[in-house]
Amino acid sequence: MLMLKCPNCGVTAEETEFVPGGEAHLTRYTSGSDSQAFSDYLFARKNPRGVHFERWRHAFGCGKWFHAARCTATLEVFGTYTAQTSAPPDDILKAIKAKRPEWEGFK
Amino acid sequence: MSNAVSILNGASSNGAVKITEAGLRGMITLRGDLSSAQLITAVSAAVGLGIPAQRKVNHGPMGGVAWMSPDELLLLVDYDKAAAITADISGALTGEHHMAVNVSDARAVFAIKGVGGREVLAKGAPVDLSPEAFGIGDIRRTRIGQLAAAFWMTDDETFELVCFRSVGAFMFDWLTNAAREGSLPEYL
Repeated sequence: MLMLKCPNCGVTAEETEFVPGGEAHLTRYTSGSDSQAFSDYLFARKNPRGVHFERWRHAFGCGKWFHAARCTATLEVFGTYTAQTSAPPDDILKAIKAKRPEWEGFK
Repeated sequence: MSNAVSILNGASSNGAVKITEAGLRGMITLRGDLSSAQLITAVSAAVGLGIPAQRKVNHGPMGGVAWMSPDELLLLVDYDKAAAITADISGALTGEHHMAVNVSDARAVFAIKGVGGREVLAKGAPVDLSPEAFGIGDIRRTRIGQLAAAFWMTDDETFELVCFRSVGAFMFDWLTNAAREGSLPEYL
């Protein structure tokens, strides 16, 4: 069971109060872009064993979206942060590096 | 105009904790920029209260105001005045990005009264309901069983809970079952 802290309302709640929204920080390739890039945006997702960035929605609480950084192998949550960003903030990256020194970094 | 009736018409059950369908309550959903002076003035005119802090609820003689999300408030007013107050708020916020909706008839309200109220809610809500973590003045939007709900305390032994009217009957049954005699811890 994951415990996530919603950065919008400050509540630390269990997984059942949230709804997962898939991989975070996707670039939304659309009409006019390279067809391979568009296909990858639609169908290809990272499936790492280890550090992963995800979108979550506090569905039973404030209803807002946010981002979470967690480990898919241990379910450890490194931190949650605002949805209004296209890349993880520095403090989240630092927290991950502190616990996973071998992690190769975002992207 | 037809006679407005609440979902269970004031039904109540007496288990270890008393569950009462609390009747009609005026409720207004107000979305907008909670730091805007216009909105603060409009809320003050409607319920005579200031904007509550994060996850807090303010109560006063004219009603209440609850923090629902970073851009949403729930105003608690008299049922008969809700439509007029909604219109007043919309008028006061003309020109500002906002939404004020009278949701009174879309909601059901329950009162959960008794020393075991915390235990009853804790059976269905994934929330720390210990007195240190949750007290008077706090509001929590969460789930009860599988139903979306929000609750707060009006005194040490009484919770008020709101949920959608469409699931009001199920909520009453769920709470009644959770409050069955002999189903709460013996130390209460």
